[in-house]
Amino acid sequence: MPLYRDEAIVLRTHKLGEADRIITMLTRTRGRVRAVAKGVRRTKSRFGSRLEPGMVIDVQCYEGRNLDTVTQVETLASYGDAISRDYAAWTAASAMLETAIQLSEEHEPQTQQYLLLAGALRALSERGHDPSLVLDAFLLRSLAVAGWAPSFHDCARCGADGPHRAFNVQSGGAVCPLCRPPGSSAPAPETFALLAALLSGDWDLADASDERHRRQGSGLVAAFLQWHLERGVRSLRLVERA
Amino acid sequence: MYEGAVQDLIDELGRLPGVGPKSAQRIAFHLLQADAEDVTRLVTALTEVKAKVRFCDQCGNVAQAERCRICADSRRDHTSICVVEEPKDVVAIERTREFRGTYHVLGGAISPIDGVGPDDLRVRELMQRLASGEVQEVIIATDPNLEGEATATYLSRLLRDVGVTVTRLASGLPVGGDLEYADEVTLGRAFEGRRRVDA
Repeated sequence: MPLYRDEAIVLRTHKLGEADRIITMLTRTRGRVRAVAKGVRRTKSRFGSRLEPGMVIDVQCYEGRNLDTVTQVETLASYGDAISRDYAAWTAASAMLETAIQLSEEHEPQTQQYLLLAGALRALSERGHDPSLVLDAFLLRSLAVAGWAPSFHDCARCGADGPHRAFNVQSGGAVCPLCRPPGSSAPAPETFALLAALLSGDWDLADASDERHRRQGSGLVAAFLQWHLERGVRSLRLVERA
Repeated sequence: MYEGAVQDLIDELGRLPGVGPKSAQRIAFHLLQADAEDVTRLVTALTEVKAKVRFCDQCGNVAQAERCRICADSRRDHTSICVVEEPKDVVAIERTREFRGTYHVLGGAISPIDGVGPDDLRVRELMQRLASGEVQEVIIATDPNLEGEATATYLSRLLRDVGVTVTRLASGLPVGGDLEYADEVTLGRAFEGRRRVDA
């Protein structure tokens, strides 16, 4: 059977049989892959903690008809270990991993999503920013990579130069007074600025934002994400916001 | 497809965890050929487990009365609680014969991706047990995986102000293994938890 080797981020695991697990990974060159890790739940497993969610690994698998099988693993970065010691970071990481599962396709290369997720997990493990901000930045950018970049300045419908006061999820972001559909929200201008900063990576502005605008921004990001994914991200409900 | 009762039995067996259609068929035909007494014993065991077994009001472990045999045992140390994820973890720790305290079964670990949060576990019941003031130490023995670690992190933060000693089971190298095969996290934790060797 053909062997392959790739870099991957472990997204999720499911128990299988007595001591095995099905490992869902986002690989650098093969997109999402599901593979069986045999005996991984035994304390003497040679895989150890390398196949836990959030780990960045160099993995070798052989292809199967339905599921591949993991044969060798080396750790490239054990972000998951540092993240699990901070509860807020762990809940944020869970939402990122779940989103990555929903935004990726099996065996469809998605290198940008891979790099984005690896960077976001590293940021969470380094604890340089509020986990909630890192999560929202990741969600906005992964949506942008998927082709659903929101607009926080110009009108998402007609392109009229902003800033605008209204935000409409279905329209794709900020909307001008002429395009504003009924039911649009009117976030604070600081919230628009925060979301634009998170999308562009302006961390000085994002870190200086206040709690009220972060909460408002998180709500808009969650609504935007769920609209485009067409289903809920369960982990978002349990994310611990500061 | 088999007729009536045989197919019904295969279907029911096939709903059990880890039992596929082939295994279900093999078990069904084994039962069909077994002595009536053996089958009756199995039926009685299945009926009794549903009728008699319940969860301990105090710790959440499987029990046949209001309290499990560990919580009801006055010789156990009731000032120490070992928090585990599942009843089978209680059995694993009991096999060591190292722990003489009582247990608290959470019923799983915090797993946001599966929609399991702290409110879905028996965390509130743990806090109620601690309110009596009798307990002096809580040993967190959740699984040594990342969900177990995150659950331990959550619990230790929650118990910080309760006034009890909170400890976590040590992580490290398995006895009988080779050092070269240890992964980085396990080896790192073994270093963190190293102890002085007294000659």
